[in-house]
Amino acid sequence: MTTTLPATDTSPPGARTTARLSEKSRVLLVTGGVLLVVAVVAGLRAGSGAVLTQALVTGVLTGGIYSLVAMGLTLIYGVLHIINFANGSLVALALYLTLVCVQDLGMHPYVALVVVMPAMFLLGALLQATLLNPVMKAPIQIQLLITIGLALAIENGLLLAFGPNPRSVALPGNTGVRVLGATVELSRIWAFVGALVIVALLALLLQRTRVGTEIRAVAANPEGARLVGIDIRWIYVLTFGLGAMAAGAAGVLVSPFTTIEPTTGAVFNLTAFVVVVLGGMGNVPGALVGGLVVGLTEQLAGLILPSQSPLLAVFVVFLVVLFVRPRGVFGRSA
Amino acid sequence: MTATAPSTRSAPASAPLTGQLTSTPRVRGRLDYALVLGVLVLGAALPFFMTTSQMAIANRVLVFAIMGVGWNVMAGFGGMFSFGHAAYFGIGAYATAYSVVHLGLSPWVGLLAGMVLAAAAGVGISYLALRYKLTGAYYTMSTFAFAEALRLFVQGSEPLRRTVGFSIPVQQGSSFAGFQFPAGSPWYWWIGVVLLAICLLATIAFVHSRTGRFTLAVRDDDAAAAALGIDVLRHKLVAVALSAAITSVAGMFYVQYYMFVDPSIAFGAHTSNDAIITAVVGGTGTIWGPVVGAVIMAPLSDLVAGFLRNPPPALDWLAGQSGLDIIVYAVILILVVTLLPKGIVGTIAARRRKQ
Repeated sequence: MTTTLPATDTSPPGARTTARLSEKSRVLLVTGGVLLVVAVVAGLRAGSGAVLTQALVTGVLTGGIYSLVAMGLTLIYGVLHIINFANGSLVALALYLTLVCVQDLGMHPYVALVVVMPAMFLLGALLQATLLNPVMKAPIQIQLLITIGLALAIENGLLLAFGPNPRSVALPGNTGVRVLGATVELSRIWAFVGALVIVALLALLLQRTRVGTEIRAVAANPEGARLVGIDIRWIYVLTFGLGAMAAGAAGVLVSPFTTIEPTTGAVFNLTAFVVVVLGGMGNVPGALVGGLVVGLTEQLAGLILPSQSPLLAVFVVFLVVLFVRPRGVFGRSA
Repeated sequence: MTATAPSTRSAPASAPLTGQLTSTPRVRGRLDYALVLGVLVLGAALPFFMTTSQMAIANRVLVFAIMGVGWNVMAGFGGMFSFGHAAYFGIGAYATAYSVVHLGLSPWVGLLAGMVLAAAAGVGISYLALRYKLTGAYYTMSTFAFAEALRLFVQGSEPLRRTVGFSIPVQQGSSFAGFQFPAGSPWYWWIGVVLLAICLLATIAFVHSRTGRFTLAVRDDDAAAAALGIDVLRHKLVAVALSAAITSVAGMFYVQYYMFVDPSIAFGAHTSNDAIITAVVGGTGTIWGPVVGAVIMAPLSDLVAGFLRNPPPALDWLAGQSGLDIIVYAVILILVVTLLPKGIVGTIAARRRKQ
């Protein structure tokens, strides 16, 4: 039962903490170093600094979004020990909800957050309360299969309701701006900022509120939490709701620059898995770093191996990390 | 609870099964062999009673069944819950397509190459996973990631024709060496049934062999098995190799029957899902579960499509829309997992034991 939800970060200071901190900073240093080398190689391959800067800026901005998508996954894993295969589909669902809000109700895309986030929270809570809570004591594959079923049902429900044609949401006033010598769409910057804000709010909720403390207590020790009077089932419902809400927020934020299709979720699933494993499953700050690493890897690999899918590099990194540090680069060592 | 692989701790679900297997092994073995004979007889007769379009569905049942049987060896008997069996299906399919299209070889050579490659890939990746003690969620993710990485690799690989995929060139007339017959020929079905029967026989022989018994012991409690001197890693890898080889057979049959394969068909996550769901609905860890599951799940899309051609007035708006079949599929999965966690065959077996 080694969860690395923020609980571990607030453990009392002592020799072990310092040792782990130094290990963490060492890992961070190594990761940064590797990324730097890769960036130099990529720059040499591309042969132009401008291309490299563009890749780096895009990588960081995309990475922020990946972090947000992964946040829901890692939160749910940390507390419920379920890999939510439906996470990507929840993002896709949020994309379509945004589409409806913008096209049919005439909202500004970012105003849709006010509608989509609560709606996704309720949906997530409902799913946990009705489908997953009854099987929480079953072997892990039972819960996995249920989330796979959910993913299939959501994805094809969207197909049934909206058809297979790709859609898009337009953001008013979305122009390219120059950031550090690179040109990026304004919507990507807003998405990055929004992702950071939501991650920060989530971290605050977990660290500073009573309910956040209860969630961390359940993650650390469900039996102990139950003994001190915490209603675990309610915490499970709440956590799944929060996870779905994070996926929903991600959906709204990426809607202006994402092709909206029923299968869009699959793409988000893949990167989110990688981010979560990189950061350590159940580790909320780890997901933030993991997202940035994945975003940068994807962009830089596109420069180094232009003929291969950039995702392949991400997956190779993923498999290597899985085998070398199965508890995540930023998680505890196994 | 995170310390061990999910399935090794699924003792409540699997213990009764092993009890049954160890209590009356001979009788069960004989019954299973007799049932395989029954499958062969039924399979031989079926084309005489069914229309061509029904036979097309029956052939899809075969693909699902072989995939499910393959997955079941690793997950049901080996205790390693794989979410990436598309990798082995895809290796079988691509080995066959590459042998036929690029090398001009018989698909049977492709079948053998695919089985060897799939087993080698399975053993390689599982050796790493088990060597580094990936368990639970991490193991699941590694299998999933392996299949996805293969898909992306093929999509970017010129000799494997990137996203275009392979079409098997059409030959004139029938050929057993080329495994090609005129469209609608019952020979596809007959050969497929024999392949399924061989895969089932391999599974039955495995489960009743000494190695198979040790593998079941490892699944149920690897620490106890190791304490008894059983080589845990070796037995897990044997299950993986057999499972991967069987699953690759499904890939070969798929390519020869549909005469086309591309990276998303071969390595897509939905292919892994099909293998899992077939076995889970029928009953993980039972010999006949995957076959029963395939008979139920494979015809679903056609049944739903048929239903949508003449929908009742209330459901008029559904006509011409796609997606409903998979929704039904997903609902069945969720219902079975929640209400019958042992699957159909597993539940029936448990009921009969109680009486």
